[in-house]
Amino acid sequence: MLQKEGAVRIPSGCAITGFISRDGRRITGADAIKSIAVMHDRSNGLGGGFAGYGIYPEYKELYAFHLFFENNSARVETETFLNEHFDIVNLSRIPTRQVKSITNEPLIWRYFVNPLPTRLAASQLDETEFVTKCVININTKIDGAYVFSSGKNMGVFKAVGFPEDVGKFYRLDDYAGYSWTAHGRYPTNTPGWWGGAHPFALLDYTIVHNGEISSYDANRRYIEMFGYKCTLLTDTEVITYIFDFLHRRRNLSLTEIADVIASPFWTTIDSKPAAERERLYYLRNTFASLLITGPFSIILGYSGGLMALNDRLKLRSMVTAEKGDMFYIASEECAIREICPDATGVRAPRGGEAVIAELNEEGRRKCL
Amino acid sequence: MITIDAKNKYYKELNREIKDAPDNAVTVENVCGQRYIGTNSPGKDITVIGTPGNGLGAYLNSVNLVIHGNAQDATGDTMDSGEIIIHGCVGDACGYGMRDGKIYVKDDAGYRAGIHMKEYNEKIPNIIIGGKTGSFLGEYQAGGRIIVLGVGYEDKCPVGGFCGTGMHGGEIFIRTEKLPVNLPVQVEITTATPEDMDSIKAVVNEFCEKFDLKAADILSSHFYKLTPNSSNPYTELYVNQ
Repeated sequence: MLQKEGAVRIPSGCAITGFISRDGRRITGADAIKSIAVMHDRSNGLGGGFAGYGIYPEYKELYAFHLFFENNSARVETETFLNEHFDIVNLSRIPTRQVKSITNEPLIWRYFVNPLPTRLAASQLDETEFVTKCVININTKIDGAYVFSSGKNMGVFKAVGFPEDVGKFYRLDDYAGYSWTAHGRYPTNTPGWWGGAHPFALLDYTIVHNGEISSYDANRRYIEMFGYKCTLLTDTEVITYIFDFLHRRRNLSLTEIADVIASPFWTTIDSKPAAERERLYYLRNTFASLLITGPFSIILGYSGGLMALNDRLKLRSMVTAEKGDMFYIASEECAIREICPDATGVRAPRGGEAVIAELNEEGRRKCL
Repeated sequence: MITIDAKNKYYKELNREIKDAPDNAVTVENVCGQRYIGTNSPGKDITVIGTPGNGLGAYLNSVNLVIHGNAQDATGDTMDSGEIIIHGCVGDACGYGMRDGKIYVKDDAGYRAGIHMKEYNEKIPNIIIGGKTGSFLGEYQAGGRIIVLGVGYEDKCPVGGFCGTGMHGGEIFIRTEKLPVNLPVQVEITTATPEDMDSIKAVVNEFCEKFDLKAADILSSHFYKLTPNSSNPYTELYVNQ
């Protein structure tokens, strides 16, 4: 029996990479695999995953749900739930390829859905909130079912294994998107279950994370007051919900979110000019429980962009670089050089400094 | 001289080839992320072309490394002797716990350069950084010398915040006229005296020669010197007054 997250603690780094074509050119997942594979020794085979944006242009108006099922009855129960709440436009198994090192796979399905107008109206919720609630419902109430991707025109692919094998398993060379993130996992606290691999996703927000946050429980207690359920007992999940909460529900900008979760030290805040000081005080005090402490480097993926962020002490490595319309982020420079040997502008963002790369006007016209 | 192509080679295989090379002068091309280059290869003069991986020159013992490219994290981790010359930038925790030898970085260093550096009798390590550094420079420094030249950053202090946090030995020299921010109270900052400057002249000259800089201009600039402010700077943190 495969152990789930939280069943046992394994005391024991991770690798992250991401890139975006700001012109909205679609790049195959093969580049993401190549980039993350160079950092093989940062993971230990207990989790790998990818998020691709712009990969489902033919269904770009529909929510793409990716699900793991432990057994067929979980699938039947979930499909009943989905049929009650959504119009399922297309459903299929997610195509995979046999890879020797990837075993114990659950049933992996994909559904392109639209909320049923009557249910949506009756719920008195806006559409994204309705979808979020349905995802949380499936993940908490249907035993053996787990939605691991739920955004539009994007998808998460993850498994237990080394990331390069996971990429092969999911045939990511068959997908093309304007941006990709990838993760190689070295779990430090939990045994490594398929659902616990990164990226963690809700709607179109995805997080890949290298580190271990020590504020997990404080963050979890706060965020669960707003209807989120941290079902996996692994720290990255809560970061995803924090972004959803602050960005979608509280309308903070991404850089304001960085000032909340990786807030400058009080001494640094006190040295700022009055207006800036007041702004930082406001953010830090209002969302005190969402300060994330402990080492982290993360890449947030969202429709139209990527954001990189380090913890304020910068206890994890991360570099960025660019070439032409391409912007790259990775734990190590070699992961960028592997797919773009002549990238320029290599720099390491400071602790707490949000670096954002987004589709330009042409890219937005093409992809969003 | 032997040339080795590192393309698609795992670090174990690559480092074995370097160690076993029949000539002491080895050039390694197409390096991309291979770790621990130079470790356990005594006597070798290694030129690296590309981006070497983490732990470059870890435990380095009697090896000279010249890097044409940027180095990543934990360069010179616990190095014991030899030289690492980097024609580029270096990542975080450069010279972590190093006990002797030299690391010369032409451009910038990441966070925590010189963390836990130490010295013992005649073994005094040196890190010289030509450009700027991230925060926590010389964190927990116990010995040795860190010199930041700030070339190209003359309008601002070339080190980040919290420089010398936990420092209890050694020296940090910073070529600047601006005071570093958030200096911990246990660190004393003074203007470097002519005697201080004499003590770093030889290594700065050598650095300037390697990277084609005018040593006289550099050495005639204003330097701050950071040292722990007593022989036991942390006593008052733990003892009731």
